[in-house]
Amino acid sequence: MRETSHLVHKYLRPTMRFPHIWCPGCGIGIFMHALIRIIDRIGYSKDDVVLVSGIGCSGRLPVYVDFNTLHTTHGRALTFATGIKLAKPRLKVITIMGDGDGVSIGGNHLIHAARRNVEIASFIINNQVYGMTGGQCSPTTPYGARTTSSPYGNPEAAFDVSRLVEAAGATFVGRTTVYHTTLLDRLIEKALTKNGFAMVEVIAQCVTYAGRWLGLASPAEMMAWQRDNSVTVEKAKELNETELAGKTIIGVLADRERPTYNEECTKLRTQELKV
Amino acid sequence: MKKDKEKEQKQEEQNRILLQGNEACVRGALMAGCRFYAGYPITPATEITEVMARELPKVGGVFIQMEDEIASLGAVIGASLAGAKSMTATSGPGFSLMQEHIGYACMAEVPCVVVDVMRAGPSTGLPTQPSQGDVMQARWGTHGDHSIVVLSPSSVYEFFELTIQAFNLSERYRMPTILLADQIVAHMREGIVLPSKEDIEIEDRPQPTVPPEWHIPYGDPGTGVPPMPAFGEGYRYHVTGLHHDLRGYPTTRKEEVESLMRRLFSKISNDLERLQWFDSFYTEDAVITVIAYGCVARAGMQAVKEARAKGLKVGLLKLKVLWPFMRRTVTTILDSSQKVLVPEMNVGHISREVKRVNQGNCEILTLNKIDGTPITPAEILETLEEVYP
Repeated sequence: MRETSHLVHKYLRPTMRFPHIWCPGCGIGIFMHALIRIIDRIGYSKDDVVLVSGIGCSGRLPVYVDFNTLHTTHGRALTFATGIKLAKPRLKVITIMGDGDGVSIGGNHLIHAARRNVEIASFIINNQVYGMTGGQCSPTTPYGARTTSSPYGNPEAAFDVSRLVEAAGATFVGRTTVYHTTLLDRLIEKALTKNGFAMVEVIAQCVTYAGRWLGLASPAEMMAWQRDNSVTVEKAKELNETELAGKTIIGVLADRERPTYNEECTKLRTQELKV
Repeated sequence: MKKDKEKEQKQEEQNRILLQGNEACVRGALMAGCRFYAGYPITPATEITEVMARELPKVGGVFIQMEDEIASLGAVIGASLAGAKSMTATSGPGFSLMQEHIGYACMAEVPCVVVDVMRAGPSTGLPTQPSQGDVMQARWGTHGDHSIVVLSPSSVYEFFELTIQAFNLSERYRMPTILLADQIVAHMREGIVLPSKEDIEIEDRPQPTVPPEWHIPYGDPGTGVPPMPAFGEGYRYHVTGLHHDLRGYPTTRKEEVESLMRRLFSKISNDLERLQWFDSFYTEDAVITVIAYGCVARAGMQAVKEARAKGLKVGLLKLKVLWPFMRRTVTTILDSSQKVLVPEMNVGHISREVKRVNQGNCEILTLNKIDGTPITPAEILETLEEVYP
């Protein structure tokens, strides 16, 4: 409690008008708390942290916290973040996106950011639904799920966001749920300290909309669902395909080294340039 | 004295270089202090991207080729927020994609320069033939009410000069400035003499003069343009495309929305006198004045010279600023000429504006070409002779 109080006073904007816009029981707050906790633990100066978001429920996160904060356009947070990191490499650049935001309209930016390897710690809060616009299906909504834009069941298959970003070349990929807070902390810390493009997929509950089609009426029920349907990377190795069906694999999915774009820029500056 | 002049001329001749319009644009950008460029290949603007890729690393800047034009302008805005003077360049189809972030830069007040080298549209259109079809898009392409500055060069030197001015204006007003070139001006080569850096006036965005705790990120210091500290300099603040209050926090309160909108417009509407940039030739006694911009102004100049040689009292007003529309300058011409001819390579974008500001004293004639070929001096001359009273 004392730690929380310290974090609240140090990192939440005193001038901001609270309460926040998220529904009671939303998973985004758990993530925000964890992010602040880890930033404090690592000890970054608030002046050196830039928080960039897109549009949607997750997009509203930066306004509450006392960093350099940038609320951009729908899906494009990574493009702005790229410009910031390249123009001022000493800044710690973090992006917060949702699943509709980061994977649908921003899907192209996501895979290219992973390929390009600009040092950005990116977090995709995956609640499997467009929350802010009223519960439409997103690219991570499960097949067959009924949403306000798939009233007869979602005819499309869902993206595996982490696998997608891993295939695109991200140097760090992790997945967790907001129920697994210890893992959440660990993955946030690894992503923030990674020298390269890092992405953590954070499965979070949207009680208001996703809960409705899952038949889970309360935040606690949704978090119990996260607990019961997750399998760690280590455990998953022992299970076969049938046992893994419908399960979410959580943990560190990729951790590798590759020169960053900033390092390539420095290389250009230090060598004699000949076309 | 004479010797000095000769020496000067000799020096000037030595400094004369043959440049393509797009290359001159890059030279201007670098001289203005541009240190970040993000772009995506598209004809006829690609040379700007290519030359930037070659030159920026040499001056310690950063070049990046992004995945599309939306991303390009996103990265440019990000870099500008981090303190770098930034720019991108594109042509019609890419310009359409950039509209989203042009609006963002207007709302969040982020200085940046967007070059649109016009080619014939709509859609993929005519790659690559010239056009002036994006004049209205440059003004109103992004959604919502907003003001914007659009400059139009008609020569290689002007492309250089107006690129510097585009940076200056974007820094001065904290808004995106659009440089509307066309395929002809971008691709042609001319021998020009570049001024030295000392002879160029460079403007930078206003900086706060108070410590961070006193700084009000979106307050009006009297000029309509709030000081803009870069990210990472101790002034932590919130930037958003949502309507926001003086601190940058989202708001829907009508008083705050209205005052933000009024301030955003006031940046330009209170400074119109400083944005009357034009060249005029033989307009003092002109019975007919040609009003033109971009590559058409070149044909206009030639036509006017030939007409003068034939004894016709005609003149030329070349517009360098397209938006905000130079009402005062154009009205002066409308008052002194009997007729005005507006040749354009579109269906009549600027001629609409000329008609709008006309008080009924002047006859407005148009000459429009939309077939992807340039308007020639002969065509303008023919029209002048036809309508000459």
